[in-house]
Parts: sequence; structure tokens; C-alpha cells
Amino acid sequence: MLSRVADSVYWMSRYVERAENVARFIEVNFQLMLDAPAGADQQWQPLVNTTGDHEDFDKRYGSATEEGVLRFLIIDPQNPNSIFSCLRAARENARTVREIISSEMWLHLNKYYLMVNAAAANPRILESPEELLGDVKLASHLFTGITDATMAHGEAWHFCRLGRKLERADKTSRILDVKYYILLRSVEEIGTTFDDIQWAAVLRSASAFEMYRKRNGRISPRGVVEFLMLDREFPRAIQFCLLAARDSLHAISGTPVGTFRYPSEKLMGQLCSDLSFASVDEIIKGGLHEYLDELQNKLNQVGAGIHDTFFALKTPERVKKTVRQSQTQ
Amino acid sequence: MTFSGYVVEDHFDEVFGENGHPRTTARTLVQNIEQLPPGELVNRQKAAERALLQMGITFNVYGAEAGTEKIFPFDLVPRIVSATEWHRIEKGLKQRIHALNLFIDDIYHGQKIIKDGVVPRDILHSATSYREQCIGWNPPRGIWCHITGTDLVRHRDGQIYVLEDNLRCPSGVSYVLENRQVMKSLFPKVFSSAKIRPVSNYPLKLRDMLEYLAPEHIPTPRVVLLTPGIYNSAYFEHSFLAQQMGIELVEGRDLLVEDGYVVMRTTKGFERVDVIYRRIDDDFLDPECFRPDSQLGVPGLMEAYKAGNVALANAPGTGIADDKVIYAYVPRIVKYYLSEEIILPNVPTYICAEEKELNYVLEHMNELVVKAANESGGYGMLVGPHSTKEQCDEFAERVKANPRNYIAQPTLALSRVPTIVDGHFEGRHVDLRPYILCGEEIFVLPGGLTRVALKKGSLVVNSSQGGGSKDTWVLADTCLSDHEAVEVDCAPAGAEN
Repeated sequence: MLSRVADSVYWMSRYVERAENVARFIEVNFQLMLDAPAGADQQWQPLVNTTGDHEDFDKRYGSATEEGVLRFLIIDPQNPNSIFSCLRAARENARTVREIISSEMWLHLNKYYLMVNAAAANPRILESPEELLGDVKLASHLFTGITDATMAHGEAWHFCRLGRKLERADKTSRILDVKYYILLRSVEEIGTTFDDIQWAAVLRSASAFEMYRKRNGRISPRGVVEFLMLDREFPRAIQFCLLAARDSLHAISGTPVGTFRYPSEKLMGQLCSDLSFASVDEIIKGGLHEYLDELQNKLNQVGAGIHDTFFALKTPERVKKTVRQSQTQ
Repeated sequence: MTFSGYVVEDHFDEVFGENGHPRTTARTLVQNIEQLPPGELVNRQKAAERALLQMGITFNVYGAEAGTEKIFPFDLVPRIVSATEWHRIEKGLKQRIHALNLFIDDIYHGQKIIKDGVVPRDILHSATSYREQCIGWNPPRGIWCHITGTDLVRHRDGQIYVLEDNLRCPSGVSYVLENRQVMKSLFPKVFSSAKIRPVSNYPLKLRDMLEYLAPEHIPTPRVVLLTPGIYNSAYFEHSFLAQQMGIELVEGRDLLVEDGYVVMRTTKGFERVDVIYRRIDDDFLDPECFRPDSQLGVPGLMEAYKAGNVALANAPGTGIADDKVIYAYVPRIVKYYLSEEIILPNVPTYICAEEKELNYVLEHMNELVVKAANESGGYGMLVGPHSTKEQCDEFAERVKANPRNYIAQPTLALSRVPTIVDGHFEGRHVDLRPYILCGEEIFVLPGGLTRVALKKGSLVVNSSQGGGSKDTWVLADTCLSDHEAVEVDCAPAGAEN
């Protein structure tokens, strides 16, 4: 398929997944604050930090108030990662590949965009965005379902899946990080009931609470980290996402799994091995935040590798030469 | 909703005869509409608009707040064309396209028609759509104008006239297909009782025609549609047609010319392209051959084209035949090449380049429609009867300064079709653009884009100037052979509402 089309399909899918995860970030924060002991400070700054866009936020908003953070993350058209911007970008990408995706996918994504667009125009939306956030999550799920059910599981579908899984792995790592940033401010609460409640909130925001309960019963920091990072069956766990992303990457390139032809395949394989042979105790011992930070870096490298291999096909030298020649004639 | 208060006035109405009764072709439709419960038609109109918005069949509104998108307004009352009338239109269009194709070929070869004094040489050479680069060139299969959208109008006298030939990149066919989809889902009953000819096989016909142009030794040619990109106002149509044909939609940056062949950048390396349905004007196709500042085209494309390694539809240079001054000569062109009288007449046209006619035009500005030769979309024209004295005088100066660039026509009283306006019916003026494909044979799509001027009394149907569209129903001849499928309806049983 066309490189440009692969690029658009991949990013369409990433942006839909990103919108959902931004909604999840905000929900985890709401949950954390609702459960916080009376008199505890409202914490909105950590949320901005986890998204990685804090520089832009600080510059344009200053201190992190609830209203400001919600505006920044949900409807701010200048923040390229706000839910609104994600949908706009997903739709723009979809528009350039309407002939590749199914009509059902386009129809749904367009309705989804119109819904968020209408919400962004509602002046009171930030007073209680919970319903919108729920709708965003649902609409993203629907999009994934429609994609799986109406699009041939060929190359374009694999690019969709690759984008979605990489994005989700990255965002699950950041949801785990929210807890880290909050812990920074409340070290004395480790091991308390409040701490358990916080971990439960993290699980809930990854829709993982019930599945975790079935597997582990008791909530423990170790158990939650292991479940969200290393589980091979839970669809939002980082390990699960990366294995699926790797499969799609190899389905696209045709290279057997376990070998590599392109740098992106090498990086992806190494990342999967790292996680496959990691233990949760080692991760915590070395510092969870540091591990997640490194993981996010490697994910970015994989993304850059995919870009170079599939999206940015270089013009052959001899064609460049002939073009130059004819232009100077 | 009924037609009880509807008045035909002194216009030709496509649905009602002069006696105020529905024409035979429209009887079923009128009955069906009048049987609907009160308010139902307006509800369906709203449902149609919602469907179009959600399907993203919109165009960007330039100059409005970012993110403002509008649907191309759609009216539920269709235009109906009888089998007999369509038969004549089809014959006339085939004749016209046949002759125009011979004309273009002659222009870029021996120019016999000029030597024989039928078309004056200076008119040809001052046409901005004339491409010297195409002289001597033989396009694949000898075809220049593969896809044409010819604008037809009906005057008060009941006669159908050709208003304009669009041979470069005629747009609008996607609305024909989508409008029909919407109508079928809203009025399944009407479709099952009326014999309406289908339009849904257009993309297939188009693809067949394009594949026919590929170099002969290619068993399964790769056809692509070249678009300027998503900011083009017709982008929806480009992606829609590519999707319906099952071909790749490409932008200039996806293509490059390597060793004389056109290739596209794919995730598996470079792949060859054999046929390009281009929706980019000649000027922007190839910066090495035409405008050097074009960012939309592909450097070296014309070299690959002239080497016979890739086909382009429509062929570069085709635009010479839809120059508005050349238009005036089409009846003579038909006669010259085919020795036949023209079947679908032109609107009488004054050529300002001819002194006698220029003087007439300048004296009668307030009665005429004066058009610049190379403008479209309703720009660069003056509708005399709707203009002030100052506007007429100002336009007269422009005509005097460059008479070659102008033609003038009498103001036509375009026919009308009932249209929903604020919950009741009012007559609105329409035109009709059928689409013609010229490949192994000439195919005329039985239908077309009926554009409607939604403003009361307005004659300007262009979407950029407040126009909308309607479905066009071409009725099947009852004695057609069996293989001529009739669009009975594809909606599932029980979908009726």
C-alpha cells in the first residue's frame, strides 16, 4: 500500500486510542481526588506532567487549576494532544484514506468527531465532563470494534493495530506514572488504606480492576504493577500490547518473528524480550518511574523506526539527479 | 404535504404541466408525496441532511470559522426525465463527444478545420486552454476527452439546450451516486413502483474505461486517481470515486518518475502505475512541462506520458474544447466532422471577437448573460437583467478591453422543479449535468446532477453561490430488453418507513 496511506491509517488509529487514554487519565485523577482524605490538596499538576505536555501547559496556563487542566486536556485546540485535537487529527487522517477504510469506520469516526466538536462548543462542558469522558471511551472502543469487524485484516488493518497497540502501551505506562507523581507528594501514605485506594483507582482507569481481582484478589502495589506491565492476557497490559504490535509489525514486513530486517523490528524484538524476561521485583527495585521512562523512550524509537522503514521511502539517488538536471536545462 | 398551493406561473415546470396537472412521468411521485402524513416529508428532508453530514459529504466554507463544514444542500423532490426525452439527450451527447474528440485530435495534428476556415485561427491561439506541448501527440486509443460533464438547460420553450461543455475535470458525479443512495433509503416504495434507471454502476464503467487506456502489454493495469489533496473542495468526490472503483487515491508526492515510468511509494518499495485519472488541471500536472511552481504534480510525468508508459485521463490539452468561445462553434464542428446536424442545440451565442456581434452585445448588455471565456463556477459573468446600469457599464469596459475573452447569451428562463421551502413547495430553477465516458464506446450515465438555484428567482445554480442538488430520475423504457436492469431497489424488505 501507499506509504502515505499507511502513515495516515497508523496515525488515525493512534489518535483514536490517544483520545480514549486522555479520558482515562482524567478519570483516574477524578477517582483519586474523590477518594482522597478530607482536607487533602487537589492535585492537578501531576496529571499534566504524565502527559508530557507540561511545558506547553505551564507557558499558557501557569498554575494547574481543575478548570485549566480540564480545558487543556479536553477541548484546547492548541494542545495537539487534547481529546478535541486528537479527534480532529484522527478524522483528518481518515479523510485522506477514506477509500482504504470501510465506510462504517468513516461514518462512526465522523459522528465521534461531531460529538466532540459539539461538546467543545458547549461553554459548560468543563463543569461536569464525566459523561463526555465516558462517551469518548465508548466511541473509541466502538471504533476499534468496527475496524476489526468491517475491515479486511490485511496490511492496512495491521497498521491500525500497530498504531493502536503502541499508543496503548505508552499510555498504560503513563497511567501507572500518574500514581508515581502523586506518591511524590505523599510519601507518608505508602502502605495505608489510602494507598490501596489509589492503586485501585489506577486499575479502574485502565478498566483493569475486575480482571485484576479475578487474578490476584488483594490489591498490592507489586501486584498492580505486574498486572498492568507484564500480563500477557489483559488487553491493556503493556506486555500484551507490545506482543500484538510485534505480530502486526512482522505481518506487515513479512519477516519471521524472532528475526529482523529493519531497525524497527530489532528494537521491537528487544523491547518484547526485555519485558518477557523482566520480573516485577527487579522493576520496582530499579525504580518504577525510571523503568517506565526508559520504556517510553524505547517506544518512541520504535515509532521513529516504523516511520523510517514504511512511511518515508527515500527517493533513489539517480532519480534525484535526473530531476536536478532537467530543472537546470 | 400537498401541492395544492403550488403555482407553475409562466415557467416550464418539470413536474407539472401548463394545466397544473402532474406530467405522466411524475404522477406516481406526486401521489406518493401527497399520501405521506403531514410533516413526514420535512422529517425525511431533515433525515437526509443528517445522513449527508454524518457521511461527511461536506465542503469547507472558506472564510468562515475554522471547522465550519456545510453539506451541499439536497432537495428531496427529484427531477424526472422520460425515456423518450432521455433517448434524444443520450444520442445528442454521444454525437457531441464524438465530434469534440475529433476536433481536439485535429487541433493537435493537421488543424484541417482551421485550414478549411470553419474555426478562425486566432481564436484558437488566444485560448488559454490550448497546449502547444500536445502538438503531434497521439493519446492512448486516440481518445482525448474520456470523462465529460455537459451542462444542459431547458428553456421556457420546452427545448433542451447545451449550456456548457466541461471536458477538463468535471465534478459532481459523486453527488449523483450519493443522492440516489439517500433517496432509495428514504423512498423505497417509490423506487419499487417507478421504473428508474440505475446509476450505481458508474464507478465500474469508469474503471473499465480507465483500464482500457493502459499500455496493451499490461495484463492487470494499475489505475490510480490523482488528487490535489484534502484541501481541494472536490476532495470528497476524489476519495469516494477511488473507494468505489477500488483503486488507490494518490497525491503528487506519492508518485515519481523513474527511468521513464511512473511509480508510487509504497510500504514495499516502488510500484508501477499504468493509468492516472487525474483531477488536477493541466497547468499543475508536471512542473517540468507546465507551471514550474506546481507543488501538486509529478516532475517528469509528461515525458512518461509521451513515451507511452502511462495513460492520463482526461488527456492534457483537452481543455481547448471547453473554451467558451470554441463552444460557440460546436454546431459547426459537428457538421464539419460528422456531416450531421447537431441534435442538442447550443444556446444562441454572440462571439464578442466578431465585431458585428460585439456591437450587439454592448448595446444589449442589460438583456444578456455575458461570460468570460475561461472562468467557471459562476464567476466572471454578468447577468444583465439582474444587474444595475453601473455594473453593466463596468462590465462593458472589460469586454471592450479584451473582446476575445467574452461571449454573450440571451437570458434563459430555466425550467423549474418544485422544491421544499419552509415547509411548502415553491418552484426553483434547475439545470442538468449528465456524465459521459468515452472509452471503447461512448457511455452516457442515465441520470446526472440536477443543480437547483435555491434562492427565489435566481438562475445561478453553482454550489459556491447558493445552489443545491436534486436526484435525477431517468425512467426506463417499458419495452427495454431484459438485461437493461431497472433499479427496483436494494433496500432490505421491511426497511419501509
